[in-house]
Amino acid sequence: MPSKLIQVGRRLAQSVPSVFGIIVISFVLTRALPGDPAVYFAGAMADQESIAQVRESLGLDRTWVEQFFIYVGNLFNGNLGLSLSTGRPVIEELLTRLPASLELTFAGLGLAVLCAVPLGILAATRPGSWIDHLCRVLVTAGVSLPTFFTGLFLIYVFYYLLGWAPSPLGRLDVFSLPPERVTGFYMIDSLIAGEPETAWASFKQLILPAVTLGLFALAPIARMTRAAMLNALASEYVRTARANGLARSTVLVTYALRNAALPVLTTLGMVFSFLLGANVLVEKVFSWPGIGSFAIEALVASDYAAVQGFVLSMALLFVVVNLAIDVILTLVDPRVGLDA
Amino acid sequence: MHRRDFLKTAGIAAGASVLPFLRYLPAEAAGREDTLLVVVGHGINSLDLHRKGTNRPSYQVTVNLYDRLVRFGVKALPDGSLTYDSTKIEPEVAESWTVSEDGKSLTFKINPKAKFWDGTPVTAEDVQWSFSRAVSLGGFPAVQMKAGSMTKPEQFVAVDNMTFRIDLPEPSKLTLPNLAVPVPFIINSKVAKANATEADPWATEYLHKTPAGSGAYTISRWDPGQQFVYERNDDWALGPKPGVKRVIVREVPSAATRRALIERADADLYMDVPAKDAKELKDAGEVKVSGAPIDNCLHVLGLNVEQKPFDDIRVRQAIAYALPYKDIVSAAAYGRAEPMFGATETKPSTIAWPQPFPYVTDLDKAKALLAEAGLADGFETTLSFNLGLADWQEPTALLIQESLGKIGIKATLDKIPGANWRTAALVEKRLPMHLENFGGWLNYPDYYFFWAYKHGHLFNSSNYKNDEIEILVDETLHMETDNPKYDENVKRMIEIAFAEVPRIPLYQPYLDAAMQRNIDGYASWFHRQLDCREITKTSEKT
Repeated sequence: MPSKLIQVGRRLAQSVPSVFGIIVISFVLTRALPGDPAVYFAGAMADQESIAQVRESLGLDRTWVEQFFIYVGNLFNGNLGLSLSTGRPVIEELLTRLPASLELTFAGLGLAVLCAVPLGILAATRPGSWIDHLCRVLVTAGVSLPTFFTGLFLIYVFYYLLGWAPSPLGRLDVFSLPPERVTGFYMIDSLIAGEPETAWASFKQLILPAVTLGLFALAPIARMTRAAMLNALASEYVRTARANGLARSTVLVTYALRNAALPVLTTLGMVFSFLLGANVLVEKVFSWPGIGSFAIEALVASDYAAVQGFVLSMALLFVVVNLAIDVILTLVDPRVGLDA
Repeated sequence: MHRRDFLKTAGIAAGASVLPFLRYLPAEAAGREDTLLVVVGHGINSLDLHRKGTNRPSYQVTVNLYDRLVRFGVKALPDGSLTYDSTKIEPEVAESWTVSEDGKSLTFKINPKAKFWDGTPVTAEDVQWSFSRAVSLGGFPAVQMKAGSMTKPEQFVAVDNMTFRIDLPEPSKLTLPNLAVPVPFIINSKVAKANATEADPWATEYLHKTPAGSGAYTISRWDPGQQFVYERNDDWALGPKPGVKRVIVREVPSAATRRALIERADADLYMDVPAKDAKELKDAGEVKVSGAPIDNCLHVLGLNVEQKPFDDIRVRQAIAYALPYKDIVSAAAYGRAEPMFGATETKPSTIAWPQPFPYVTDLDKAKALLAEAGLADGFETTLSFNLGLADWQEPTALLIQESLGKIGIKATLDKIPGANWRTAALVEKRLPMHLENFGGWLNYPDYYFFWAYKHGHLFNSSNYKNDEIEILVDETLHMETDNPKYDENVKRMIEIAFAEVPRIPLYQPYLDAAMQRNIDGYASWFHRQLDCREITKTSEKT
């Protein structure tokens, strides 16, 4: 459908100003930070003279306007600059770390959806029952327990006390080597490379952090599912369907759930975005080499290029996710147009 | 090791339980028995210390991958912990050295057994090139070289292939020990020059990722943000053969996770353990805790003498009498510290440094001194500390705040993020009352005074200025320790520091590491990094 394509194109075009705005804001904000990267990178014993040398070699002695145009020029060449704290190009850092974060986020989100949606449906069909209460307890716990606490608690129980979980040393245990890179997702890559042992090893490493993240993501999804299902079940079309004697499962899935799915999907998009942010603490606790810990370290070191690269890639990711959600919504519900 | 040999060894190891790793270790891999798994909090960001922006943890790469002309010896402490010995300088690449009559030039004979990884011998030219690089690239390496009176490439002379000379503007006791710090490491200059470009004559881009050294270990893997792996260089002949074939250093940012790993015996060695964990691990007795007080290092409360009322010596002394020293040592340093209070003499009788200051917690005396200074009702100020070091600075600051409250000083806590700390405390030197933790690599009291008490110097965050100290430090810094004036001068410096207290010492901290019982040979170093050359691992765990 060309009209749909045009709509998608228009949607994309709309994101251009916001991306540009993000470039400007992230540039200005990083420079407004109180830290002085020249002092930081000159090292422990540096004196005024060597600080000045570092400042000059980093190009920080130029005016902001000059620096900005250099930065934008580099961006157009696909050059995000060099991360000073890791000594590698920012683009390289992002490409190795983003998949780690995404793998974790998808696993956590998947887990959350698998638990939260059935839970929400059951809670909605039997309001006031024990399952409804269970749903309420889980939701409250998920919202109120900070992720680093859940993470440490799970490590304490399943690794330290029971010894069931592998050591929380990141994406793979010490004696496995990462599979050849195709997607950057270790589980997929190791299956592509035909190494089921590595896939299994990385799966084991993924369980605890994914559960931690999943618990956190579960709350909004379960709540939204429950509310949307309650709404749908109370609606006239469900009453009609029931009155017409349709099977209970047909009523529930085809009529109620399909309609309830729309707000749930929208919530999913939002949850995905904030999970990427919530990742940071989970990454710290599980030594996960993701993008969140990279960004925090870059921020602490006033590593301008790295922070800007991170903000920019996150912004692009948000745009993509929102777009994807919109497209999925139109597929699920033909009433939703792209420009709605 | 060839692939077939490896499979044989691995086959034996794998019989036990862990199949997955069999396929995925590279052919030259060693088994679990020969491998040391180290967990650290911060990763490295470069394999080249001379590069700008290289962080502190990266210094360990230089220690293990490269050799220096000389190195420090190791000694045992009464409790069995090992630590480097600042008084003992041993040969490394240099097999011997002589000092000229006037003390202005040092001549080193290079050991013919010193070979780079590519098999070529280490020559005087390599040393000359490497040292020139250290003084030419600026930043921290240049500053550290300067501490040993080395500032210009012209000072370094390759007399012949195997003889290297350093010319000094004046004799200095600091030059030789400064050659044993991580900075003057020796690079394979032929390899480096082949990879240098016109814009980058010192091959910083190349050496950043590809080391070219002669050290006891090579680096076989570096996954930034995750881990790096040392592999033993079996041809290394400048010392006893290292006991461990392979060392995996994993980055584990959360201290709680690191502790769980060492307690579960999944990690062999945990470097730089926070004091609280060190104490608890030691008390539990499951793992070995090895620690030594850090030489020439003090955790101090700095008072900015350029700001009122700290310009008044009586106010500074009042604060020195008001600090809860015992509580700080037990509740902030968890006993992993040497106390630095309660000396009985106001004129030091030894040149030991650090040594206890003649202050104890005495609130009446503190109040009297404040009253004398016209501040009987106290005053308000801020107490700043570095969030990056919150594990000891936060409890310390809280204890100080509470205790100062008792003599009427209202201190508001000011938490400064790690990245801004250096600018605020050391460069702008604008913090009125703050916690500071300078430690000098070269273990001489006058070296500490040079950095921390001389006006305008980086770690003098108190803006302290005393004409006598200026003269004393300048006169003493390069003086040999057997010079009769040396003791006299150092004692006088310490006496002034006692009386004027621009920096009030709280305690001397420990550097602690926790390890499994089958790990031996770990030593604490002044650079606070891992030197894996002396470490051994026995296969049976006891």
